[in-house]
Amino acid sequence: MNVQHLNIKFYIENPEAVNLADFAAVFNTWIQKQALEELLIDVADYLHVHNGPGIMLIGHAADYSLDNRAGRLGLLYNRKEPLDGTTQEKLAQAARAALTVAQILDKENGLKFNAREVQLIVNDRLLVPNTAETFASLESDLKAFFDRFYNGAEYTLAHHDDPRERFTINVNTDSNFNMETLLENLSVEAAHA
Amino acid sequence: MKASNSLWREQPIESPFPELVREIEIYETEIELRKQGKMDEKLFAETRLRRGAYGQRYDNGQRWDGKETQILPFPSSATELTKGVNTVWDAPGMQRIKVPFGGMNPQQLEVMAELAEEYSDGIAHVTTRQDFQLHFVHVDDTPALMRRLAAVGITTREACGNSVRNVTACPFSGVCSTESFDVTPYAKGLAYFLLGHPDVQDFGRKFKVAFSGCKDEGCGLVNMHDMGVIAVKKTENGVEKRGFELYVGGGLGTVPHQAKLFDAFLPEEELLPTAQAISRVFARLGEKKNRNRARIKFLVAQLGIEEFKRLVLEERATLQQDPRWTAYLSEIHESDEKPLRPSKPLTDTPRSEAFDRWYKTNIWHQKQEGYATATITLPLGDITADQLRAVADISRQFTNGTIRTTVDQNIVLRWISEADLPEVYSALEAIGLGQPGAGTIVDITSCPGTDTCKLGISASRGLAGELRQRLAEKSHAMDEAVQNLHIKVSGCFNSCGQHHVADLGFYGVSRHSGNYTVPHFQVVLGGEWTHNAGSYGLAMGAVPAKRIPEVVERLTGRYVSERQKNESFKAFIQRIGKVQVKNMLDDLTRIPSHDEDPTLYTDWGDNREFTIGDIGVGECAGEVVSHAEFGLAAAERQVFEAQVFLDENAYQKAGETAYASMFQAAKTLVEEQFFNVPNDRDRIAEEFRTRFYDTKLFWDEYAGGKFGHYYLRAHEKANEPYTPEEAHRRVEEAQLVIEAAHSCYRKLLAAKSSPKQLSRI
Repeated sequence: MNVQHLNIKFYIENPEAVNLADFAAVFNTWIQKQALEELLIDVADYLHVHNGPGIMLIGHAADYSLDNRAGRLGLLYNRKEPLDGTTQEKLAQAARAALTVAQILDKENGLKFNAREVQLIVNDRLLVPNTAETFASLESDLKAFFDRFYNGAEYTLAHHDDPRERFTINVNTDSNFNMETLLENLSVEAAHA
Repeated sequence: MKASNSLWREQPIESPFPELVREIEIYETEIELRKQGKMDEKLFAETRLRRGAYGQRYDNGQRWDGKETQILPFPSSATELTKGVNTVWDAPGMQRIKVPFGGMNPQQLEVMAELAEEYSDGIAHVTTRQDFQLHFVHVDDTPALMRRLAAVGITTREACGNSVRNVTACPFSGVCSTESFDVTPYAKGLAYFLLGHPDVQDFGRKFKVAFSGCKDEGCGLVNMHDMGVIAVKKTENGVEKRGFELYVGGGLGTVPHQAKLFDAFLPEEELLPTAQAISRVFARLGEKKNRNRARIKFLVAQLGIEEFKRLVLEERATLQQDPRWTAYLSEIHESDEKPLRPSKPLTDTPRSEAFDRWYKTNIWHQKQEGYATATITLPLGDITADQLRAVADISRQFTNGTIRTTVDQNIVLRWISEADLPEVYSALEAIGLGQPGAGTIVDITSCPGTDTCKLGISASRGLAGELRQRLAEKSHAMDEAVQNLHIKVSGCFNSCGQHHVADLGFYGVSRHSGNYTVPHFQVVLGGEWTHNAGSYGLAMGAVPAKRIPEVVERLTGRYVSERQKNESFKAFIQRIGKVQVKNMLDDLTRIPSHDEDPTLYTDWGDNREFTIGDIGVGECAGEVVSHAEFGLAAAERQVFEAQVFLDENAYQKAGETAYASMFQAAKTLVEEQFFNVPNDRDRIAEEFRTRFYDTKLFWDEYAGGKFGHYYLRAHEKANEPYTPEEAHRRVEEAQLVIEAAHSCYRKLLAAKSSPKQLSRI
């Protein structure tokens, strides 16, 4: 199964303290400074939409948004360009990109992310249909990835096979992590350790 | 770019319109030809525009970041691949999706949700012409997206470009108590009759059609359209007949024109042929070179309505009978909508204040007793994928899926039993779509403006969002006269936000101050939305963008305090006069220095220092590509397909397709001299022989008549089976024939500009 167009969302711990409107300027500054090692194109403001994509940083290979889907504010990484590698490698690449941005938003803008919960979506219904069969066929890759992501700590994987939704996995752990340690867990060195 | 694009090509599509699927395959081949450098960028631009794949801001690969203009290094920049003049291939674009008369069903909403998620930014946008738009879409993804739409009966064909755009209609058609009759089947009949019709392929500009069921309301906006029809009935010899008041030559844009009455009663059976005749006259006589004067309104103004009408009737008389003109009339009631639930009145049970506010503004009582149409107000026309699915569910639960988009950028659910309204409200409220204020001052219409449009000058969406938020906070306490005003905002003078027909309209302009440029909006007052856009507002002066809320405050405040009994806003503005209005706003027009107030030097919702340097070349006008250029491009695509068949060892198909490409090239040339030539292979071969082969027009300087002979011989052998060798030879010959056709077309063009040359050829 060609798992592509991964979406990864990290939820914000203190959404009530966040003034999302400020982040249009933040993202625009990122474009100015070319803050990420990828092509950033534009900023889109959807704050007027209920439970919508909030403020988006539109890129060529991926979009980043302070997304409020289902009323839960978080950083959503949406990989648009295909990735190379095995499923686990692609998961790691996407998660690293999302974690890197989460770390910047934490350090520079004070956004606190909940490292104990992550949502994974495959944004392509044809490549990866949202079925129990898909989950069964991807489960071992997902487990191997999240074993590494949470460095062996216990976690739960929950899949809901709503046929209208994209393939979605919600992952929770009770162990304490932060964005930095998660990123370390996914580092190339850790992979070879 | 999606990894699944090639897989979608292999998915079977059971579309209600199989010819549209073929159209997508053709488009896909054109994309491939462009990538291989075998299709000119200007021609490709027009061909993608005619599939609704539009350019978007910054697609020239540059963006002002507030300090300097940055080069956006798209991967395709390295290969200099473009999708139009100065339009980078990889730059995201906009996909416009046609929704004739705004009619949708739940399944279509669900597909729209999927496409918004998978190809766009999670948002679907309802436009001021009942279309949907998706933004930030990669051009490589558009064929897959179109396939998924085709599977649910939606096309993007001719959504942009110099073609017949979406046919709009009053969203209350069929349920409205003021209508003469339901215009829905007529709008649908005309939309699909003109879609891809050969007579609408050679326009100098776009052509917009609107339908209204009545004269007095505003829903159809007939008077601002290239062609507008209003349903009327008359009785002849005791028999009631249906027909239309037909208007032509209306339009907004920089120079707004009110449409002229063409016919006070056009019988229903004459609607399609008359539209066809109008199209032919527009294609033949409309301006092609000067894009600023190429809409039909200029032709009508230049000729006068009487002469225009004479020419159209003359054209009408020459048209060959087409059974489609009237075929749809026999099924006119087959598409009549039916309710899902029995009609029941709203009970007297006490309800929340919020429901009552929503009920007051968002409910339209249908002419069918006990049923209502509910308007779902979409902020700035935007709706999320989750909301689309939820609206689909609500429409299934309470109606037979009877959904329409509106030109006010909203969605309506029709045929709700009135007793169900509290439940419908609760369901909409739960997904954040229970806002009241439909059709009121808070229900502001806006084009995309500088958010995504290449032509945008000021941030129309930014301003509309700001006004909406401010007005919503106090809307309950507003004077009713103010509540019922309309505000419409355009990002530039091109009027996509329809600012001319609002009580308070604004369009983006800029002014210089010192070394800076300041975003402004021109204030346009006193337009009339009712009476089908009955009159246009007048420009009163430009005000810095950040001060427009104050403009609204002052004008509405004075209207409330000084209006005479039942005086409309338009009448009030006319009474107090332009001088008074200018005096009222005068202090707001003065621009303080950048040091004094830098906030005025940025636009709404955009912290970058303002610039007009990001304005690109608009694609609204499309590219002027002649009928012949399209024809020859089609021939090239066919020969490319023939080559693909050869590669797949499908020799019979390869030979047949190669012959078809020669036929297409020959037909294109013949049509240059004999536009109405029947689409018959023998006849085309005969006409080609006498007009181009015998006259040596098609002859090559060195090869003589060889290439023409290839085509004529292929025609003679067209029904014979192809061996692999013959198929190979036919494909090679076809390529030479098409090259020769290009060369011949150049000769024809040269002869047109200098007739003497023809005699020398």
